[in-house]
Amino acid sequence: MQFRRTALVAALSVVALTAAACGDDAEDSAAEPTVAEAPEFEAGTTMAELAEAGSITIGTKFDQPGFGLENLEGEVEGFDVEVAKIIAGALGIAPEDITWEQTPSAVREEVLEGGEVDMVVATYTINDARKERITFAGPYYTAGQQIMVASDNDDITGPESLKDNPDAKVCSVTGSTPSEQIREYLASPDQLVLFDEYSQCADSLSNGQVDAVTTDNVILLGFVSESDGNFKLVGEQFTEEPYGIGIAKGDVAFCEFINETLQENEDAYIEAWESTAGQIEGTQTPELPEPDECV
Amino acid sequence: MDAVFDNLDLFVDGFLTSLRIIVIAMIGSLLLGVVIAACRVSPVPPLRAFGTFWVTTFRNTPLSVVLFACAFGLPEIGINRSFFFFGVLGLVLYTSAFVCEAVRSGINSVSAGQAEAARSIGLNFSQGLRFVVLPQALRTVVPPLGSVIIAMMKNSAVVGAFGVGGDLWSTGATLTSARGLETLPVYVGGVAVGYLIITLSAGALLQLLERRVAIAR
Repeated sequence: MQFRRTALVAALSVVALTAAACGDDAEDSAAEPTVAEAPEFEAGTTMAELAEAGSITIGTKFDQPGFGLENLEGEVEGFDVEVAKIIAGALGIAPEDITWEQTPSAVREEVLEGGEVDMVVATYTINDARKERITFAGPYYTAGQQIMVASDNDDITGPESLKDNPDAKVCSVTGSTPSEQIREYLASPDQLVLFDEYSQCADSLSNGQVDAVTTDNVILLGFVSESDGNFKLVGEQFTEEPYGIGIAKGDVAFCEFINETLQENEDAYIEAWESTAGQIEGTQTPELPEPDECV
Repeated sequence: MDAVFDNLDLFVDGFLTSLRIIVIAMIGSLLLGVVIAACRVSPVPPLRAFGTFWVTTFRNTPLSVVLFACAFGLPEIGINRSFFFFGVLGLVLYTSAFVCEAVRSGINSVSAGQAEAARSIGLNFSQGLRFVVLPQALRTVVPPLGSVIIAMMKNSAVVGAFGVGGDLWSTGATLTSARGLETLPVYVGGVAVGYLIITLSAGALLQLLERRVAIAR
């Protein structure tokens, strides 16, 4: 028994050490955003309420590298997180007064309707079905869908070539917009393989179970840069997915405030990108898109 | 409830895919489970050891780990099949351990005198098992076996997360996330009802079966 216990202790310490070692390289986080001092807002608006309370609850993804990813210390980091901090800063709320709520794709409308969060910044593509339930500020970024294959694959050259290779399997994530948009390029629905996470798609691509992975360009670039040359992107971006900031339906004043804040803080916006998603090899710093009209 | 009726075709597709997974996995795990149970009670020590090893492995491993090993482990050693195949395989392996133990409890409930009587009229081990012990054992295992099978039906929802896609559970996920439908009506009105249709009819069939095979002792 003595030996077994020693082995267990040893194993546990290895795990602990590894965790500690991995934690160290999460140091390059962004510079703190500017926090407005006691900003004035018209009484009764969402901004006034939030500024008065001095705290805000924001929904984001906890599993999306580059945009919203929970690190080992339990903090979320990424482009979405930094954008949210810029807006909170304009309300006079410091980053430490923000409560981060994990909002996977399926619950984003739900938490806004139920008032559990004040806004959602979570790789949230603006579309008409969603607009019926919530209001979008922004867009603050335009993503585009692309296709990733193994480096030695010359058969798949873009979305159009999927129909010519009816045996080819394409992987994406259950319930994501890319998984819906790829359907029209497929010869049959059996070509689509769905997982919970993109990392599972990448594993399946490397062991030959699927022939292609499709989602937003930035996410794929992350996998390509980590693959030691085993993966490559093919074809052009074939969709435009504007990411918006979700807020309660009909809150036009808050929506306009968010849009103005982003326009006024373009430098902070670019810095937010460069310290997060911009770290991924091959990405280009975006220009802040023109905001849509608030409805 | 519009969310369900507007997308009824999707739910029906998902229902049929789930049903296909369930039916194949049920046949597979019942056959495999009985074979493993035969190993566990056999007089041959290596077979007994193999049966014990099988049950210990699959009964003590979480289903998601078994499925993960099938979907991501087997391709690593060069076995490339469809994710549907891997998903059903994982479900069969996992469920067979529970089927085996239910069947074994039934075999143990048949008194030793029956096996001895079979041997005394000249039947060998497998004949005695097939013609004397198992027919009696299977009657007593209908209720526990039913629970195992119904648990398997619900477990089939996990298979959808391993690349199979298009089953009831992932249909719900697609509708709520990508198309922005409300979560509650989709999962309660569509997905849960679909699984209830399957499990409740299975329960009714089992009750019928139990009455048919019942014997007065």
